[in-house]
Amino acid sequence: MRKFKSNLIVALCGASVLLALVPLAMILFYVISRGFSALNWAFFTQTPKPVGEAGGGMGNAIVGTLILIVIAGVIAIPVGVLSGVHLAEFKGTRFSSMVRFAADVLNGVPSIVIGIFAYAIIVLPLKRFSAIAGGFALAIIVIPVVARTTEELLRLVPGGLKEAALALGATRAKAMFSVILPAALPGILTGILVALARVAGETAPLLFTAFNNRFFSTNVTQPIGSLTVQVFTYALSPYDDWIRQAWAGALVLVTMILILSIIARVATRRLERMARG
Amino acid sequence: MDEVKITVRDFDFYYGTNKVLHAISLDIPKNRVTALIGPSGCGKSTFLRSINRMNDIIPGIRVDGKILVDDVDVYGSGIDVVSLRRRVGMVFQKSNPFPKSIYENVAYGLRINGLRDKRKLDEAVSRSLDRAALLDEVKDRLNASALALSGGQQQRLCIARALAVDPDVLLMDEPASALDPIATQKIEELVFDLKKNYTIVIVTHNMQQAARVSDRTAFFMLGKLVEYDDTRTIFMNPSVKLTEDYITGRFG
Amino acid sequence: MLRHFDREIDQLKELLLRMGALVEDQINESIRALLDRDSAIAQKVIDSDTAVDQMELDIDQHTIELIATMQPAAVDLRFVAAAMKITPELERIADLAVDVCERAMELNAEPPLKPLLDIPRLARMAQDMVRQALDAFVRRDTALARQVIDRDDQVDLLTEQSFRELLTYMLEDSRNISRAIRLTFVNKYFERMADGATNICEMVVYLAEGKVIKHSGHHDAE
Repeated sequence: MRKFKSNLIVALCGASVLLALVPLAMILFYVISRGFSALNWAFFTQTPKPVGEAGGGMGNAIVGTLILIVIAGVIAIPVGVLSGVHLAEFKGTRFSSMVRFAADVLNGVPSIVIGIFAYAIIVLPLKRFSAIAGGFALAIIVIPVVARTTEELLRLVPGGLKEAALALGATRAKAMFSVILPAALPGILTGILVALARVAGETAPLLFTAFNNRFFSTNVTQPIGSLTVQVFTYALSPYDDWIRQAWAGALVLVTMILILSIIARVATRRLERMARG
Repeated sequence: MDEVKITVRDFDFYYGTNKVLHAISLDIPKNRVTALIGPSGCGKSTFLRSINRMNDIIPGIRVDGKILVDDVDVYGSGIDVVSLRRRVGMVFQKSNPFPKSIYENVAYGLRINGLRDKRKLDEAVSRSLDRAALLDEVKDRLNASALALSGGQQQRLCIARALAVDPDVLLMDEPASALDPIATQKIEELVFDLKKNYTIVIVTHNMQQAARVSDRTAFFMLGKLVEYDDTRTIFMNPSVKLTEDYITGRFG
Repeated sequence: MLRHFDREIDQLKELLLRMGALVEDQINESIRALLDRDSAIAQKVIDSDTAVDQMELDIDQHTIELIATMQPAAVDLRFVAAAMKITPELERIADLAVDVCERAMELNAEPPLKPLLDIPRLARMAQDMVRQALDAFVRRDTALARQVIDRDDQVDLLTEQSFRELLTYMLEDSRNISRAIRLTFVNKYFERMADGATNICEMVVYLAEGKVIKHSGHHDAE
């Protein structure tokens, strides 16, 4: 009887795993099968054609997404990491528990709300949509993730390292930045890349910040195209060619996120191995 | 009596309202090994960490009385804790090399001191490794990760790292308790050699180790210094009954 | 790896050797005092005994410290134990040399009983055995130690022979008795020195091989 119960539970677990995997497999299957056929060289190099004209591509949106990620990273990495350092170093204070709580709340705020926020404080004063506003909105999503990841990973660094550094005459700041942070770096880097990969797939906060741009642009003060918004626009259109391109865009987006995740893993492992020797 | 390096007078230590050291007074001689022994929780480690103020990182501590290193009160006003710790080095129970190369581990203390000269760094690194009796084992792989070393080697690396900043005093908190007998013996031999140039204070749970390596032994119990004398006297003919009970294992 | 303990052991060995050399000297001088009928030398030997006693105390102190601080094991432990048993052996041999000198001074007060023949041989043999025992100890030379132990039988024979000769002197003329008895004592003293050397050699075998050959009747020689 006991054995039967055990087997039953094992079987249930297995079934649940399958159930979870089925949608993933189907998404990948659909995206690849529908998207691959629309992929061609022009898709990567050309900009969208006006309505009615066949062909064109999403070159501008691919570059746009990359630029948005870079802007988000430039803002979020220093702010997030330093916040995490503060949280880990002054863990007992009231201020840090407030910050920690705020970060967790921010993490749960719907991304569209963050989009509105960025719209209110950047787009409205400047009176135009811009890549900066988009990157800023994404950064707001990334910061709490990076801060909490950094904090947790710093706490995992053995206390002995800090003691050793202090005993050698290091100040607290020196111990943090020369020993503790480097020791946690591989994990922090993974956290950053995973967070960036996640926001690469965000659409909502970009709709009224970066907006969209049919033309090729690298000017960060101008509206900029992005894969997600482009896919969103095309997928809702009545034109077959655009819908095919939306699938292709989705495929490129999924691939980019996959590549980022793989880089995160490989880089982490390599860094860890370097540290261990 | 040898020249005194560290003078302790009526030193009290509190964690919050909990008094863990009671009026400790003793003189630690220069270029000798002084062992601190006693049962767990007797305050010997707290006392050791008071000498280089490593306890400062713990919130809610308070001290009373004096600890003088070279006649300067380490708890006096105007004492720079950072420079104190450069003069009073420390080696911990668990070897704690940084996840860096062997070279960078040893060079760390000098680098944060602002030493940039590559040649001077090289010299200091190999001198310190040599003093810690590790140079021969690692000289061909200074750029390898310190974490690849064995436990005993890691602990000697930590000693080399502490020696690199050229302290006068070396505090050792059970430096061999996590090591096998061979590695332990190497550490003990090292301690014995190092006392020519350094004043060493060592906390150990292992009484035999205290007997082997030290010149003076202080027996702590319940936060009080019970007896402090020449190691030979402590182990052959202690004057306090409690000490005798402890070192003969009749404790109960 | 050279252990700091090895230096301590070497120091102890050095102390033992110095004591051994002093004891050998005492034997040698006691023989001279007896054969040359030189009471001045005899007195010097008696006076030097305090030096030997002091060395015994020093070595005891050192060995106890070694045990207290170093917790010797295996060969180190056997060495320290051997040292503790060899020291009183040496001290006793030195005391015997003093006894020889005391008898010599008494004998010197009277005309010689007879030309001494067996006693000098016995004395040289005992002296030799003590020296060899110390050599065997220093070199941990068990072959030499076993040779010394085997010579003890010859010493016993010689003692017996010398005793019978002295007995004839006593039977011959009762005025000889007091001198003959003194010589009998001297005879016995040297025999006991040889016994001491034998005991030291037994400790050497124990030290080097960990085997106890004392009281075993046979010496387990290969």
